[in-house]
Parts: sequence; structure tokens; C-alpha cells
Amino acid sequence: MTRRESLPASVAARLDGDALDVSDLPSYGFSHRSLMWWGNAGMMVIEGVAFGFMIIIYFYLRSLSNAWPDAGRPPDLRFGSLNLAIIVLSAFPNYLVQRACKDLDLRRVRRWLYVCSALGLALAAVRWYEFTALNVRWDAGAYGSVVWVLLGLHTFNLVTDVVDTLVLTAVTYSKPLEGKRFVDIAENCGYWYFVVLTWIPIYAVIYFGARV
Amino acid sequence: MTTRSDRRGAVARPRPRARGLRDGDASPHSAAALKLERTWRDKPGLIGWLSANGHKRIGLRFVFTALCFFGAAGVMGGLMRHQLASADGHLVGPDFYNQLFTMHGTTMMFLFAVPVMQGVALYVVPLMIGARNTAFPRMSACAYWLYLFGGLLLFGGFALNTGPDAGWFAYVPLAGPQYGIGKRADIWNMLVTYSEATGLMVAVDITTTILKLRAPGMSLRLMPLFVWASLVTSLMIIFAMPMVMLAANLVQFDRMLGTHFFNPAEGGDALLWQHLFWFFGHPEVYFIFIPALGFVSAILPTFARRPVVGHDAIVLSLIATGFLSFGLWVHHMFATNLPELGKSFFTAMSFMIAIPTALQIFCWIATIAAGRLVLKSPMWFVLGFFVILLIGGLTGIMLGSVPLDLQVHDSYFVVAHLHYVLIGGAVFPLLGAICYWFPKVTGRMLNERLARWQFWLFFIGVNLTFFPLHILGLMGMPRRIYTYGPETGWGTLSLLSAAGQVINDLSMLLFVINIVRSLWKGERAGADPWQAGTLEWSLPSPPSACNFLVLPVVRSREPLWAPPAEVNNVSGLSAEIREGLTTTVLHAVPDTRYAYPRPEIWPFVAAVSVTAWLVWSVWSVPGFAWGLIPPAVAFIAWYWPNRKEAVEEVSWEIEP
Repeated sequence: MTRRESLPASVAARLDGDALDVSDLPSYGFSHRSLMWWGNAGMMVIEGVAFGFMIIIYFYLRSLSNAWPDAGRPPDLRFGSLNLAIIVLSAFPNYLVQRACKDLDLRRVRRWLYVCSALGLALAAVRWYEFTALNVRWDAGAYGSVVWVLLGLHTFNLVTDVVDTLVLTAVTYSKPLEGKRFVDIAENCGYWYFVVLTWIPIYAVIYFGARV
Repeated sequence: MTTRSDRRGAVARPRPRARGLRDGDASPHSAAALKLERTWRDKPGLIGWLSANGHKRIGLRFVFTALCFFGAAGVMGGLMRHQLASADGHLVGPDFYNQLFTMHGTTMMFLFAVPVMQGVALYVVPLMIGARNTAFPRMSACAYWLYLFGGLLLFGGFALNTGPDAGWFAYVPLAGPQYGIGKRADIWNMLVTYSEATGLMVAVDITTTILKLRAPGMSLRLMPLFVWASLVTSLMIIFAMPMVMLAANLVQFDRMLGTHFFNPAEGGDALLWQHLFWFFGHPEVYFIFIPALGFVSAILPTFARRPVVGHDAIVLSLIATGFLSFGLWVHHMFATNLPELGKSFFTAMSFMIAIPTALQIFCWIATIAAGRLVLKSPMWFVLGFFVILLIGGLTGIMLGSVPLDLQVHDSYFVVAHLHYVLIGGAVFPLLGAICYWFPKVTGRMLNERLARWQFWLFFIGVNLTFFPLHILGLMGMPRRIYTYGPETGWGTLSLLSAAGQVINDLSMLLFVINIVRSLWKGERAGADPWQAGTLEWSLPSPPSACNFLVLPVVRSREPLWAPPAEVNNVSGLSAEIREGLTTTVLHAVPDTRYAYPRPEIWPFVAAVSVTAWLVWSVWSVPGFAWGLIPPAVAFIAWYWPNRKEAVEEVSWEIEP
């Protein structure tokens, strides 16, 4: 069976006398056919707005300051760039999990969820070192405050999604496994893309906003 | 060749044909109807009550709680009016007065106006679009508990003399670490976090419900205007509320952790708070106003006895209002040191937003003119809305111009304007909506005579209370003063205003009496007492637990006014589990069957644990980190599969 066959159902509602019989419709669907996709999209907009405004606040405060950073030194590039590399890499197994979900292939889902979980844990560990290499305290001035909160917000997202991934990996062992869990896992992958895509501009702001 | 089911390792399962009792019989005494009623009923007992997730019950809880907060905030407003009724008043002292006006504004905006509109939407939207519940009912249930606990925290603080006292917008530095001593400002920040989290959760639920759970055939073009208003409002909430949550937390970080976002001495900026707050604060006015426009568009066609004129124009106006409302925030900051060129832009935007509202008013006037007007109490409130909102809108245009705003900034003129806009633009339509849907919710009519008395008392009271404030403002009376001397000459008009407040109180008393009396011995309403056109009126009053015994198929904007079609309903959904139908976003073509979540205790547990975390974080920095563990556990437990339900669910699954 190819992936194409798992795309939107060809089954439609049938006319049954004067009623529209829907009993043969699928009981779940992937992507925007699932309610989870819409809920997830709502979450991403909410968090995206928060990230966007945090970046605006960064440049607002920078525009008011004579020296930027106003205390401390720019952050070391090492750990942040390492994280950028890992996070971009993690998009690949993430894609494979999503694809395996749409094929309802439990073995492949599990295999790539393990890889995603491992990369997520690695990211969280490197993130810890990122905080130690910011070279400024949060209470040293406006620059320190905004950098800490910006990195903190993304860390909150990162940790939430890593925990979600671990929980979902465990859930794949529950029996029987309902089909909707594959949708949940695929949506968790969608959310991970959001974590990846937001890190790129946030990385640029944190690490180069105080250099350029 | 292996099939997908083999790879899943799922148990062998019967084909869905064997899947028990299905719906399709619209008779209320059929076996399917009785089974549906049992399937959708809340579980009994305290645990059942705490676990309930039916949209009607959650919506009513929101509305009831919000009306209680409305009453409490109204009493505070009354206390302020009586303190100021004469010169050198000494009913309350300056410190308590500061708490009073802060609590009044905070409660009205965060605990009454937005939640009450969302509560009505939670109740009415699924009924109007032909759904059996909302998309994420457990999330809305959790949101209700968070809202309740947040409100109790605020009032608990107030009772312990720790009510916030820096104004409902909590400007820094007054609310910052340097001047906002004690825990008062912290409680305000926490309340904002609570109420905005609540608002966002409900907004995501309503958006998804509207886009994915409409009855087959109800394309976006056929969607009722109140549903459009709820959709626009929910999307606006999703884009604006994260802002104020973030901003309140930044103040909290300044206060608890020593960051310097708003501290000019360390590179921060006090004006940044005003930008952040009003970027949310101006759309906030429209979260309150747009649902009210939706009420008017629901009520008015019913009593004009014809479909609304300019349906598409009204939809576009709602959307335009939503967009424009994000470009107005600086008109709250005309008295700050911003570039004059920028201010002219915001003046232009402030004038522009009057256009879509005017367009809607013209459509409604045309509807009345082209129809046969029946004057019942809901319609009286709509007419009151026209008058009061118009006055508020006109003073709004005056305040939108910079030179005039600078003259009356921070004076009672602004207080008069905002009360005309919010009472005229939101409270009148809300009272009309309550009169309109009360029979649907309770099965009983409100007493028409009492409702008209209530309307006229409120109409006179509001004008008497707030019109003199325009003149007081022009005479130079500033806002937020707890007393004034006799030489100012403000006494007479202030006394008049206090008298108006007494009339408002009487009107609200009549409202409560009418509700209680009608619940007890009101006239039986029947399914459609107003001969209205939208789907909720096709249901018995009150609707049964599952709303629709058979989901309708929709072909017009007022399905009840259209001739019967060949296909009127859906069949084949399970009566044994809480099953519904998802449809496509634009054209509402049936897409998948959907099992609604069952009632569970976890949303309540999650709300309790989040509350514990937020309260802990006010008093201790480590609490901010450690307190996160219980909510995380609660949310995971909420998600964790239940074996019995999984076996059942797998047995009727059909793969996409």
C-alpha cells in the first residue's frame, strides 16, 4: 500500500431514503481533516504571537539603548549554533514519524519516535549550556532580561514538546491502540516543525542581535 | 501483502455494520432517541457535576458566574458614585477607593464582559450550526474552572485588603516593583494570566467548532451572523490575548525576579507597557462589541419578520472591524510623547472603524424598514443599543482627534464615553440576548411587562448616570479622584449621576426578580416562541442532552423559514457513544465521524493544579518551577488512554 491511498477518503455519505447516511465515513482523518490539527494551529498562533512580540520588544529596547548589550558580553556562539544544527537535523526523523503515522505503520512510528525523543533530550541538554553561555544575568539590565525571557520562552516550548514526544512514545505501547492516536502523533510532529521554525529567527536575534 | 491493520497490530474487529444502535429516527420516543439521551447525559453525583463537559452546561456556568461578577462590580460602581455624590464625601478612604475603581474595571473587563460573551457563544453556537457539542469540550470545562478560580483569587485578595489598586490597566511604574508594594499588583497579574488563558482556550474551541462541526450543507455563506461574529471574535482573541498574558508576566518577572523590562534606570521603558497593554486593550473592546453585534443580527431579523438586509455586507463589516481594531491602540496614548505623524495615522484609523459599524446599522435599519416590526422585549433592548451606542460612538470620534483628546484626557468625559460604548454596545444587546434565548434555555418565557419595565428603567438610569459625566469632564473633573472640594461646583451633576445609579440598581433588581419568577411560574415557551429562523429553535426548550436527535442538513440561512427539502437530516451516527460529524471548512461536506470526548474529572484536576502553581509562584520564586510538575502530571493523566474506552473505540473505527 502506498501513501497516496491513505490520503482523504473516497467514501462519501450515501443517500438513504430522505436521509444522508454517514455510517461508512471514516472515524478519523489526518491533517486539516482532524480537529486536533485546528486546535494545534490555534496553539501555534498563540505562541507565535508571543514569540513575535518578544522579538519586537527586543528591538524596541535595543532602539532605546546607547550600548547593546548594555551589560555583559554577547553570548558564545558555540552551544546555540550546535542546537541550531541538531534542531534542523531533527526535522528529518520528525518527517518520517509523520509519514509512518499516515501509513498507520506502528513499527516505523515507534522507531522514529525513539530517534526524535533522543534528539529532543539532546536539545534540552544543550539548551542548559546555552543559558550558561549567555554571558549576562537576567537582572543585569534590559538586555539581559529580554535575552533570558526570549530563550526561556523557546525552552518552555521545547521542553513541552519533548515531554509530549516521550508520552506519545509510551502511549504507542498501550493496547489496543486507537487510530486517533496516530493522528495525535502526526499533529505532535506538526507542532515540532513549529518549534524548529521558531528557533531559527530566535537564534538569529539572540546570537546576532547583540553583534550586528 | 500486509494490510495497514496488520502493521498496526490492532485486534481483529467487526465491520462497523455491527456497531449497535444508530440514529436516524427523529421521533423523541424512538429507541435511538432514548439511547442518545442516556449516552449524552452527565454522570450523577458530585464527581459527575465536576466532570460535566456538555457545551450547554459549561456555557451556562460561564454566563451565570459572569453575571455574579457583573453584580459585584456594579455594587463597587455604586459605592464610587455615592462616595462622589457630594463634595468632601467620606463613605470610603483614598486607599479603598483606589482598590474600588481598579476592581470595578478589572472585574467588568476580565471577569464579566469577555467571559459572558464566550459563555453565550458556547451555549448558542453548537445549536445554531447543528452540532452535538463543541470540538474540545473538556478544554472549555477546564477553562471554566480556571476562570472561576482566577475570579475567586481576585476577590479573595480584595477581601483581605490586597485588591489591586493601580487601575484596570495597571500602568508601570505604579504597578511595578518600586511603587506597587505588597502583593496587590501580583494578584492583578495572576488574574490576567488566568482570564486570558481561559479566553484563549474557549476561543480555540469555538473557532474549531465553527469551522469543522457545522451541519452538512451549512457552507460559510449560509452560516448565521451570530456564528460569524463568534468566529471573528475568537480569531481576534487568539491574536490579541497572548500579548497581554506575556506583558503581565514580564511585569511579574520585574517584580519577582528583578528583570528590567519597564525600568528606565536599567535600559527598560515604562511606555513599553502602555504599548503592550493597549495593543491588546483596544481589540479587547471589540471582543465585547462584536459578539453584541452578533446578538443584534440574531434578534433583529426575528422581530422584523424577514431575513436581514445585506447579509454579506454585514459579514464583511464584522471582518473589517476585526482587522481595523488592531490599528487603534495608540489613541489611548495621545497624551504620551509619541511622534505627531504617528498619532495622525491612529486618528485616521479611529475614524475609519466607524465605517463598518455604520454600515451594519444601515443594514439593520433597512431590515426594520423592509419588514414588519414586532416590538417585544429583546427588540426594545436592540433599539436601546442603537441610541446609546450612537452617543458613545460620536464621543468616540471626538476623542479620536488628538487636540480634543489632549483637552479631556483623564477626565470624566472619557469615563462617560467608555460607559456609553460598553453599556450601549455590549450590555444592552446582552440583556436583549438573555430575553431572547431565555425561553430556549429554560423552557419558560420571561415576563414581558417586567422586562419592559426593566428596559425603560435601565435606559433612563444609564443616561442619567453617565450623561452628566460628559459635562463634568468638560468642567475639568479628573478621573480616579476619591473626593473633591465644594468650590469645584461638581456636586450637583455628581448627585444626579448617583441618582441614576440607583435607577440602574432598581432595573437590575427587576431583572433578577423576573428571572426567578419566570423559572418558577413563567409561561411555557414551546420550541419556537418567537417564530425565529435559525436551527436552535427547531429543538425542544430546553434542548435534550444531545441537542439534535438527528443532525440537520442545511440549505438556507434561516432553515426554519425555508420550505422542506428532499433531504432534511443525517442518519447513521452511533447512539451508544457520543458521536458527531465533521464537515469540510468551506462547503460543509460530510467528512468524518467524530467521537466527542466523554466527561472526565481531569479538566477540573488540571485547573486546580494550575491554580496551585500560579498562587505558589506569587509567593515564591522556586514555586514558579516546581509548581509546574502537578499540572504536567494532570495533563498527561488527562491524555492517557483508558483501556475500556480504547477497546470500544477500536471496535467501531473505520480507517481514513
